[in-house]
Amino acid sequence: MIPAAFDYARPTTVEEACAALADAGEDAKVLAGGQSLMPLLRLRLAYPDALIDLDRVEALREIRDEGDALFIGAMATHHQVMRDPLVREHAPLIAKATATVADPAVRHRGTFGGALAHADPAGDLPAVALALDAEFAAVSAERGERRMPAAEFFVDWMTSALEPDEILVGVRVPKLGAGWGVHYEKFHRTAQAWAIVGVACAVRRGQDGVEEARVALTNMGPTPVRATEVERSLQGRAASEDAFKEAAQRAAEGTSPPGDLHGSSEYRAHLARVLTARALTAAAAG
Amino acid sequence: MTVQEIGTPRRRVEDARLVTGRTRWTDNMQPPGTLYVAFLRSPMAHARINSVNVSAAKSRPNVVAVLTGADFADEQGSLPCAWPVTEDMKHPAHPPMAVDEVRYVGEPVACVVARDRYAAADALEAIDVDYEPLPAVVDMEEALKEGSPLVHEDLGTNKCYTWVFENGDLDAAMRDAPVVIERRYVQQRLIPTAMEPRAVLCVPEGDDFTVYSATQIPHILRLMLATVTGIPEHRLRVVAPDVGGGFGSKLQVYGEEVLCLLLARRLGRPVKWTESRSEGNMAVHHGRDQIQRLRLAADRDGRIRGLKVDLLADMGAYLMLVTPGIPLLGAFMFNGIYKMDAYSFTCTGVFTTKTPTDAYRGAGRPEATFAIERLMDELAAELGLDPIEVRRRNWIRHEEFPYETVAGLTYDSGHYEAATDKALQLFEYDKLRAEQADRRERRDPVQLGIGVSTYTEMCGLAPSRVLGSLSYGAGGWEHASVRVLPSGKVEVVTGSSAHGQGHETAWAQIAADRLGVPFEDVKVLHGDTAVSPKGMDTYGSRSLAVGGVALYGACDKVIDKARKVAAHLLEADENDLEFSGGRFHVKGVAEQGRTLQEVAAAAFAAHDLPEGLEPSLDAEVTYDPDNFSFPHGTHLCAAEVDTETGMVRLRTYVAVDDVGKVVNPLIVEGQVHGGLAQGIAQALYEEAVYDAEGNLTTTTMADYLVPSAADLPEFTTDRTETPATSNPLGVKGVGEAGTIASTPAVVNAIVDALRPYGVRDVPMPCTPERVWRALQGDGAPEGGPQPGAAGGLGSVQGGDAQ
Repeated sequence: MIPAAFDYARPTTVEEACAALADAGEDAKVLAGGQSLMPLLRLRLAYPDALIDLDRVEALREIRDEGDALFIGAMATHHQVMRDPLVREHAPLIAKATATVADPAVRHRGTFGGALAHADPAGDLPAVALALDAEFAAVSAERGERRMPAAEFFVDWMTSALEPDEILVGVRVPKLGAGWGVHYEKFHRTAQAWAIVGVACAVRRGQDGVEEARVALTNMGPTPVRATEVERSLQGRAASEDAFKEAAQRAAEGTSPPGDLHGSSEYRAHLARVLTARALTAAAAG
Repeated sequence: MTVQEIGTPRRRVEDARLVTGRTRWTDNMQPPGTLYVAFLRSPMAHARINSVNVSAAKSRPNVVAVLTGADFADEQGSLPCAWPVTEDMKHPAHPPMAVDEVRYVGEPVACVVARDRYAAADALEAIDVDYEPLPAVVDMEEALKEGSPLVHEDLGTNKCYTWVFENGDLDAAMRDAPVVIERRYVQQRLIPTAMEPRAVLCVPEGDDFTVYSATQIPHILRLMLATVTGIPEHRLRVVAPDVGGGFGSKLQVYGEEVLCLLLARRLGRPVKWTESRSEGNMAVHHGRDQIQRLRLAADRDGRIRGLKVDLLADMGAYLMLVTPGIPLLGAFMFNGIYKMDAYSFTCTGVFTTKTPTDAYRGAGRPEATFAIERLMDELAAELGLDPIEVRRRNWIRHEEFPYETVAGLTYDSGHYEAATDKALQLFEYDKLRAEQADRRERRDPVQLGIGVSTYTEMCGLAPSRVLGSLSYGAGGWEHASVRVLPSGKVEVVTGSSAHGQGHETAWAQIAADRLGVPFEDVKVLHGDTAVSPKGMDTYGSRSLAVGGVALYGACDKVIDKARKVAAHLLEADENDLEFSGGRFHVKGVAEQGRTLQEVAAAAFAAHDLPEGLEPSLDAEVTYDPDNFSFPHGTHLCAAEVDTETGMVRLRTYVAVDDVGKVVNPLIVEGQVHGGLAQGIAQALYEEAVYDAEGNLTTTTMADYLVPSAADLPEFTTDRTETPATSNPLGVKGVGEAGTIASTPAVVNAIVDALRPYGVRDVPMPCTPERVWRALQGDGAPEGGPQPGAAGGLGSVQGGDAQ
């Protein structure tokens, strides 16, 4: 790897990290595992003046129980997240989706917060965070902590709501109670490839059928998107495969899928419909 | 004690150092004072270079020199093409660094030499090139049309050559044929992906130069570097240290190799260049890239009458070492294992503004095998026959060997019936056919398809006289020498240049077996022109079938000489001596004998040798085969195709290969596994994609998909063993078999799954979208990317990241 020159800081606390980021100015980047940033540096598609490496900020690796929610520290690695007992119990959708991220080497280095702050709509975790109504906690030296819902965090293609001096410190994920089933359906050509389309879904079944359904789509637009028409049309319906298939017909509504080497926009829209039906069926069965 | 080394599944002795990387990779070597080279490459497919301004780059810190094509113009010569396939072949000049014009994205236009890699890469960005765009030529069929823009204006045409082979009366075969199958298949362009990227280190020592290069061909490279640069051959030493794979991509004389040598001469300092993966994707020669127009005529009972093959082969922008000859290696293989009355083959090479093509694992034979094996399945479907049955009706029966084929080769041996029977049994063919019928009946959204490939290939390249008759510039012999050292240990020197194949293990096994010495007592030396002065290097599955046979012969020569010495020492007639287990003894008198080690010591001391015998125990052989070898086999693939998404999942893959006598079964199995992975990759994953402007859009591994173990099924491999009769070892070669066989097996399986839906082809790679489109009856957009396609890392475009 032969990137352009940059300054490098490796703080050990959030305060130090925020101070270093503020000092470094607008063209600094936060390094949080580097599984996405390093390739961009290597290809010289990114030219930061400085990297603030969070690798030694141990406090950010914590995953803790906050009662009705989990708080997942931004520097928890994918490997850590997918094996964490709290995550597996209260946010199984995150565990399942994380297990599909790239390969073991990447999952040992890459981090939960890094993947979210990268805001790549082809990444698996943004859609998952959106489906779970996660809340993002950001800290800056000047203004302290602020929180924002997932829907506000993902602003545009690879653009989050983080200010240049802000660090994502963690994500609060409301626990799913009893009755919920979840599934992440990832469609990709090779194990290490990004999703052509992914569907993150959670379904709560009651006695009268579907009480609530949440469906969020990976790589169907510049940001992860909720398939709101699918969610709405399922409310109160029987939790049957036919009902899921019918509702899934609306999965691509309101999306703007990209076209690239791995799939045209039209094909992605088709996949969104097929995969949403499968994801709902799998979630309801789970 | 008899030493049975040939046939033993030994673990490879070289692997520990190769896998850990603690070894002599070119990039690991760091002579004092080494300077680092970085190349600026053309971002345009075709353009005139108006000017190159390097003054800003020169003033960057730690930069030693910045040079352009104009700076090299007087000394860089033209990169060689050793295979002028026809007398009127168009052969454009190919400067290692572009001077006036660039003709593909990735062509070098300038270079920086700096004290470290970072400085070199930084300074590249300060070079300013003024390009005047010229029209790109990206489509072979368009390129041949009147009025097409030209890749090389001075040639007056984009046609490089047309080469024809005909045998039998094709008109008669086609006339009134009850069945004619006509198809057009595209062999997409592939990017060879060796684990180790290219790397070159050139070290000047007075008037002499040592070139370390991650190459497959140190011997050929030495001669060619001498020819191109004018540095006398005896002043050049070329070393291929440990080399991490090639697959044909390092069977080349690259511009970067020439330029690094010229830089070392100019600057008097060691210079090193190591490419990045994305650089390599643009600038390593590509493979395949053919349009095949095929016409097969048959009788109602399935018997083939004749085959007409009309190829367009993309040369890319220039002719490299063996570019024009690659598709012609397929000329002798389109008939496969089948008998037919008539055959016609025409190939037209076409220039385009793309990276040059050249050898890639299989080189011409995978393309041919794909065509005939796909056609056999189509013929079976047309006639309502089982694809195995239609093959049985046409293949050469085992009692018919040796058999002269319609393409003019003599297949020495083979047993297609035995390999096929074994494969069918391992595959549980009937059971899978029953499941297929059931899924069809149930209209299961996931359909099952079964693909057949009964292949052969020609390898062991090659008899020198045959190469000569094909206008190839060199011979196909191989050299081996065996030295029994005074202590009795053995050194084997081979001209074959290992780059991952396991020669150090297999060659030691052959020598140990023949000489009756412990395996651990044999050391194999290779890949250095100062150590191994004679050789034709490694490609075309030739190492064992040519180089291994040379070693076998050299061992015999050593034994012959040792026998004379032993007879002298034992005061016996040499005809009365028996050699077994590494020891000579008088027949019937086992206790009266001398070990090879004792004989070696005596031959070294030379105190008492037979009259006229030279001291020391060594011998060499240069072996030139009199025929190719012809591995064959039967591969069966079961694929599940999701008709809703187009996703293909390989469920079962059975490969029964007949590679003749086996020296090391583990190495053979490894070659088959790797070969299958690469052949399956062509069927399902890999494609070098150019857009309409001639930009390569698959420059990273995010876009050029190379499958890993996670994407492949468990392979069931087995063998039949029909020894080659053309060499004393009975070996055939296995380096390319898996790649050649597997691509059509996979595509046949996909098409077989979808036949009830009216699908009769899916273009490669069979991506989920292409399969889905074939099911929609759209016909996938051939070859090129979808509208709006762009390269990227997951998402398109660059951008911010945390």
